[in-house]
This record gives sequence, structure tokens and C-alpha cells, in this order.
Amino acid sequence: MEFIRNFPFFSILLSLGSGVLTSIMNKKVARLWNTFILVAITAMSGVLFVYMLGVGEPYTFMMGHFPAPWGNEIRAGVLEAGMALFFCIVMLLSLKGGEEHIDAEIEDSKVNLYYIMINLLLSSLLALIYTNDLFTAYVFVEINTISACGLIMIRQSGRTIEAATRYMIMSSLGSGLLLMGLCVLYDITGHLLMSNIKESVAYVYAQGVYNVPLIASIGMICVGLAIKSALYPFHTWLPDAYGYSTVSSAAILSSLVSKGYIFLLIKIFFRVVGFDIIVDSKIVNILFVFGLLGMIMGSVNAIMENDIRRMIAFSSVAQIGYIYMGFGLGTTVGIVASIFHILSHASTKSLLFIAAVGLTDASNGSKKFVDLTGSGYRNPIAGVAFALGACSMVGIPLFSGFISKLLFAQAAVQNEVSKMLPTLICLAISTVLNAIYFMKTVIRIYTPKGRRVERTQAGEAARVIMKEHPLYNITLFFMILLNMILGCCSQPIVDWITSGLNMFG
Amino acid sequence: MGANLLANYGEAVAMILFGIGFSNLLLQKNLIKKIIGLNIMDTATYLFLAEKGYISGRIAPIVVDNVTSVEAYINPVPSGLVLTGIVVSVSVTALMLSLTIRLYRRYHTLDMDAISTMLKKEDR
Repeated sequence: MEFIRNFPFFSILLSLGSGVLTSIMNKKVARLWNTFILVAITAMSGVLFVYMLGVGEPYTFMMGHFPAPWGNEIRAGVLEAGMALFFCIVMLLSLKGGEEHIDAEIEDSKVNLYYIMINLLLSSLLALIYTNDLFTAYVFVEINTISACGLIMIRQSGRTIEAATRYMIMSSLGSGLLLMGLCVLYDITGHLLMSNIKESVAYVYAQGVYNVPLIASIGMICVGLAIKSALYPFHTWLPDAYGYSTVSSAAILSSLVSKGYIFLLIKIFFRVVGFDIIVDSKIVNILFVFGLLGMIMGSVNAIMENDIRRMIAFSSVAQIGYIYMGFGLGTTVGIVASIFHILSHASTKSLLFIAAVGLTDASNGSKKFVDLTGSGYRNPIAGVAFALGACSMVGIPLFSGFISKLLFAQAAVQNEVSKMLPTLICLAISTVLNAIYFMKTVIRIYTPKGRRVERTQAGEAARVIMKEHPLYNITLFFMILLNMILGCCSQPIVDWITSGLNMFG
Repeated sequence: MGANLLANYGEAVAMILFGIGFSNLLLQKNLIKKIIGLNIMDTATYLFLAEKGYISGRIAPIVVDNVTSVEAYINPVPSGLVLTGIVVSVSVTALMLSLTIRLYRRYHTLDMDAISTMLKKEDR
């Protein structure tokens, strides 16, 4: 067996182990060590991704000494390796972009705890991506939830503690349903490894005796993961959690944590139950309706919001709606569009959160729109980054948001009329609503306050900010670059996703 | 239908308990009652798993007196899952309780709605 095949296991274990090690480090060492680990895992995932593209077929990796039906397994394919690489990059960028805020907003003695949470979160995300065992997936879902809760409440204020409590309550509901669903599925099939379950499910479904409990268990798993990833009616915890936590946490939570659960759901669709059975069971139609509702209601809430961070948070609700709408179309093309939107949303939302914090800093830390007037001149670099991120969210060509909307529309057109029309109409309405609140914000930050002094000083301000916050600006540059790469080189990425999905089946 | 329900009454009880726990966690205002709901919900899952793993007339899979036949023992996998589940539920409960203590020290109430109202007032 080639050495590269050990990399998924190494990356999970490395981040899990360094989480333990970080507890005895001080602030500076913890940060250095965390950066080192993140870069190492990114490099490993990159090497694995290139290797998998060359090999062209997935492999399973035995954990421990027991073979398939008894032991635990890791499975890696093109899609898994690419996702791991992308998640690591986004996490590294979000952390570096908010580093000054981590130092400023968290007590000195607790900064290393923050990096413990980051390490645990990364290892659980990687495990969710790679694992081939459903119960392992459940355990790592819980680790993910607990560390995400830590990320929210590490900045100590009434708001964040309340947000963390709400988050824990909703997440516990979700994981309770998920656990019950998994148990019922285990009882019907008698297996815990994904590939074995799939064979048994196909057999059981053909027999037709246990269809009711089977559908019920799939329903519980879907609803559980939908609650955890904040699909529309379950989003109440989200604005507080994203709006008041430290900025890196908000970026990581919105772009990675919810996406980890969605990726697990895609794995369950394709690797556990089989996509034909999922479509046949009509569960996707329910996801479709709630996805459409989320697209509209998330945007409406965002328009009414008066706080820039909460507005971006509500925009996340709408984007999660897009992803579930793609599932609801019930075709592989729809899933490809959803996966592309996962990438596009992750890169754009982290950019928006990091850029917004630059604007609020230039406005004496106020997040209210009134105070943000003209902040695009006070911090020109963050202003430009925010404007570009907004363009991507609205769906202007050259940026990733355009491609994902295009893919959704293409997927919708290939569907039957009863699903095509609502999808296209909601896409159009949601795009207009997106444009309303993002353009409103961009116009607001470029409206000079009072006289036109600020505009002339913008060049000077840019130089000062370049000098004072070099890391922040470099991060913003790389985030915009990532976004443009997704938007401009979309065809190879779509091909990669399609081939990865084929390997799932 | 009726006969099946009678034969699997353990699973039925587990499902009812799960529903009770779930709705408590969702609907109660008091944080401690919510946590109690969470524990009822998790315990219902363990009952369900234990019911599924048990085969009547057999004993726990610990080899004594050199009896190695599979027929003598119950299925050990669900018991293992229950153990894992207990570990997870203990940590989640501990975290929820610590959050509750934090909230109580700050706002002197356990009512989630009252805390939300106070937070909105703080903002103004």
C-alpha cells in the first residue's frame, strides 16, 4: 500500500492529538503550533487530492486489525480529498484574518483554549468527510457541536452565552434525531459500515416489508442534520451565534461547521441509502419546500436587519436554503450544483465576515448601519473586499456566486415542470432580494459622511492600513483570489465534483 | 399490527420516551427542565438499543466456563453503542449545565424567554 494512502488517517489524528497538546502551551506557541498543523494538513490533503486525481478510484483504509463487516474504516475518493483541502484552506484564511480580534477579544489565558477548539473542530470535520462508519460519524458530529459551542462562547458576554445555549439546545435536538435514526437503520440492516448498509437497504427496500421504519429512519436522519445545519425554520440560534462571537468563529461556523453536516447528509444519500431510494421516498420534496422557504425568508429577514454582522448571518440562512433546494431537485445535477454552492458559499461568507469586521473597526466598533456610513473610505481595502464579496453573493459574473446560480438554474431546467417553475421563480426573487440588501450595504459604506474630505483621504488611509494590518490584508487578498478561481475556472471544478459523486455510488 | 406492538413493547416504550424527551427539550422554558428532557431523550435511545441487542434466554457476552458458541450470547454491538452514547450524553449534559450556571449568575433566572427579553433591553 502506498504511503500517501495513510494521509486521511494522519490528518485526523494529527489535529486530534495537537488539540490535546495545545492545552499545555501558552498563547504564542499555541498559535504557531496551530498554524503549523493547519498548513501541514492542508499540504497533506493537497498531495492526497493530486494523487487521487491520478488514481481515479476510491480506496478504503482499515482502522485497526479487523476487516470489513466488523472493523472501522476510512474511505477516500476525489471528492473527499478535495473537500478536505478546501475546508483546510478556508479555515486557515478565516483564522489568519481574525487573528488580531482573537487576541483582543479573548482573555489572554484562554487563547490556547480557542486553538484547542479549532483543532478539535478540524479533526471532526475531517472525520465527517472521510469516515465510512455511521456511528463514528455520529460521535464526530457531537465533537463538532461541542467545539463549535466553545468557539461561540469563548468571547464572554451575555449575548454569546445565550447564543451558545440556544445553539446547544437546537443541536441536541438534531443529534437526538440523528442517533435515533441511525439506531433504527442499524436494526433494519444489521450493519454500521456505509457500504454494507447500502447493500442491505437495497435488499430490504426490494422486499418491501420494512419500508415504513426504513423511511422513518431516513426521515429522522434528514431532519436531524437539517436542524444542525440551520435549515430555515430551525435557524433561530444562528443570527446571535454568528453576530456576537469573535469574527474568526463566525466565519468558521458559517462556512465550515454547517457544511460538514451537509456533506455528511450527501454521503448518507449516496453511500448509505442510495440516491434512487431517497428520491423514490419523496423525502427530497420536503427538503425542497423548506429550501425554497429558506431562500426567501432568510433574505427578507436580512433586509430588515439593522446590524451588518446579523445581516450576513441571515444571508447564510438563505444560502443554506439554496443548498437544500439543490438536494430537493432529486437529480445528480442538482447535487453537483449544491456541492458547488457549498464551496462558493464557504469562500464568500468567510470573506464577507472578515471584510465586515474591518469596516466596523473603522467605525469605532459599531455594527449599526448608521455608523458604517462612509467606512469604505476609512478602510478602503476592507471596503473593496466587502463589495466584491457582495457581488459574488448577488451573482455577478467572474465570481463564484454566479456559477452556482447558473448551475442551479441548469439543474432546474432539466427537471419536470412542477419543480422547475418554483425553483426558477424563487431563484429570481431571492437574487433580487440579495441584491437589495447587499447593494444597500455597499452604497451605504461608499456614501461619504458629511463633506467630501473622506474620499480624498482614502489613499492615505489605505497606506496606513496596509502598514498596520498586513496579515489581514493578505488574507483578504487570498480570499478574493479563491473566490475568483471558483468563479473563473468553474468547469474543471464541476468535472471534479461530478467524478467524485460517481465514485460515491 | 397489534401483535407486533405487543411483542415489541420495549421499543414502543422507548419511542414514547423519546417523544417525551424531545418535546421537553424543545418546548420547556426552564433550562433545567430542558436538560432533563435531553437526558430522557438520550436514555430512550439506549433503551431502544438494549432492547434490540437482547435475545431472550441468552447471557452477556463474557466468556466463562469456556463456552464459545455464538448461540449462548446476546449481540454485543448495541451494548458498545450504548456505552459510546452515554459518554457523549454525559459531556453534552455537562456543557449545558455549565452554560446554565453562567446564564443564571448573569441574569438570576432560568427562564430562556426572560433572558432573551433582558438581552434585548440591554442592547437599547
